[in-house]
Amino acid sequence: MTPFSAADFWSILRLSLWISGTAVLISSLVGIPCGVWLGMSRRRGKRLLAAVVHTGMALPPVVVGLVLYLLLSRSGPLAFLDSLFTAQAMIAAQTVLALPFVVGITMSAVAAAPAELPLQLRSLGASDWQCRWTILREARHGVLLAVAAAFGRSISEVGAVLIVGGNIQGHTRVLTTAVVLETGKGNFEFALALGGALLLLALLVNLFIVGFSGGRPPA
Amino acid sequence: MTNKTRYQLQNVQKRQNANFALHIHRLDVQQGDVLALLGPTGAGKSTLLRLLAGLEPPTAGDIQFDDAPLLAAEMTLATRRRITMVHQRPLLLGGAVRTNVEYGLRLRGGQNRTQKVDAALDQLGLTPIAAQAAQTLSGGQTQLVAMARALVLEPEVLLLDEPTAHLDPAHVALAEKAIRQICQTRQTTIVWATHNLFQARRVANRTCLLLNGLLVEAAPTEAFFTNPAEPRTADFVQGRMVY
Repeated sequence: MTPFSAADFWSILRLSLWISGTAVLISSLVGIPCGVWLGMSRRRGKRLLAAVVHTGMALPPVVVGLVLYLLLSRSGPLAFLDSLFTAQAMIAAQTVLALPFVVGITMSAVAAAPAELPLQLRSLGASDWQCRWTILREARHGVLLAVAAAFGRSISEVGAVLIVGGNIQGHTRVLTTAVVLETGKGNFEFALALGGALLLLALLVNLFIVGFSGGRPPA
Repeated sequence: MTNKTRYQLQNVQKRQNANFALHIHRLDVQQGDVLALLGPTGAGKSTLLRLLAGLEPPTAGDIQFDDAPLLAAEMTLATRRRITMVHQRPLLLGGAVRTNVEYGLRLRGGQNRTQKVDAALDQLGLTPIAAQAAQTLSGGQTQLVAMARALVLEPEVLLLDEPTAHLDPAHVALAEKAIRQICQTRQTTIVWATHNLFQARRVANRTCLLLNGLLVEAAPTEAFFTNPAEPRTADFVQGRMVY
C-alpha cells in the first residue's frame, strides 16, 4: 500500500479548488447574465427555455463525461485541443454541469421580484441597464445561492471528471476521484480524511458566501 | 406670468381588458398645476397616471408633453427623468431608508446628494428612521419613503397615486406641505389621484372626476366643488352617488 503523503493531499486539494473554482467562475460569468435575462424576459418561449435549463440541472455527470470524452478523444471533432485527461477537460465538464444551476437559480431569484418593480424603477429614472442591475442586486441572495449550488455540484462531482480527467496523480486527481481510488485500494482512513476535507471545503466556501451576502444565508 | 401647457390629451383611449377602457376626450394640464384626480376604485386614475408617466402607451389618441408627442416606446431617458411617479403600492429596495431615498439621485449621479437626502427625510419626518431597514417599515412609513425618494429628485412633473392613503392626519399634513412647497418653489406640475375629497379641495387648483374610465368633468377646484357643470359631479361631491 502506497503511503499517502501530506504533499499529495495538498496537491489534490489545490487542484480540486482550482478546477471547481474555475468552473464556477466561468459558469457564473455566463450563467448570471443569462439567468437575469431569462428571469426578466416576458417573451414567448421563456417557459420552454426555463424547462430546458431545469432539465440541465438533472444532467447525469457520467453522460456529460462520456460526451466530452467522445468530443475530445483522438477521433473526436475537438481532438485538436489535445485536452483529454487534463485539468482543462475537467473544468469543461464541471462548467457544463454547474451552468444550469447558475442560470436556473438566478432566473428564479430574479423572476421572484415583484412584477411591478421594473416599472417603479423606471418611474424613478432608471435606464434599462440600471433597472436590470438594481433587480440583480435585489435578488443577490438568490444569486449567491446559485453560486453556492454550482460550487457544490462541481466540487462533489466524480463521474464526469473521472472519465475526462483520468485520475492521474499530480495532474488530474481531485478529492472525489482520490476518494474513489483510496476506497478501491481499501485505504478507508485516507478516503474518509479526503471526504472530510471535501465537506470542510464546501463548508468554508458556503461560510464565505454567507459573509459575502451580509451575514444572511442565501435563501 | 402665463404657465405653459405641460400635457395635452386628445381622444386618448387605453383598453386594459374586455371590461375596462379609459377614454379621455380632452384634458390639459398646465405647468405648476396641482390636478386632483377623483373617482371610485377602478375608475381609471392609476391608468391615466401611467399614461402620463409614459410607462404605458395609449391604445389610441394623442398625448402631448411640452408640445411634443409622448411616445412611451421612444421616450428618452432625459424626458423620463423629468417625470416621477409615486405608485399606489410602492416597492422599496433592500437596505436602509436613506439608501432608498437616495436611489434616484444615485442613478443620475448628481452632487450634494447627502444634503438633498437629509432635507427630504427631514421634510417628511423620516430622519429618526433613516438608518432603519426599509423592508421593516409599516405601510404608512413605506408611502412616506416613496414620497421622499420622489421629492428628492425635484422633478418637473410629479404623479401621485393615492400617496397618503395609509397615513395618519399628522403625516398627511406633512406630505401635503411638502408637495405644496415643491409646487411653489419649482413650479412642479402635480397630478394627484385621491379618494379624499377634502384633500383634493385642500391641495389642488384643478380637479377632475373619472367614472368608469370616462373623464366626466375637469374644472378649477372651487368651481368643481361648489358649482359643478355635470350632474354626476354634483352627485359625487355631495355623496349622493352610490357606485
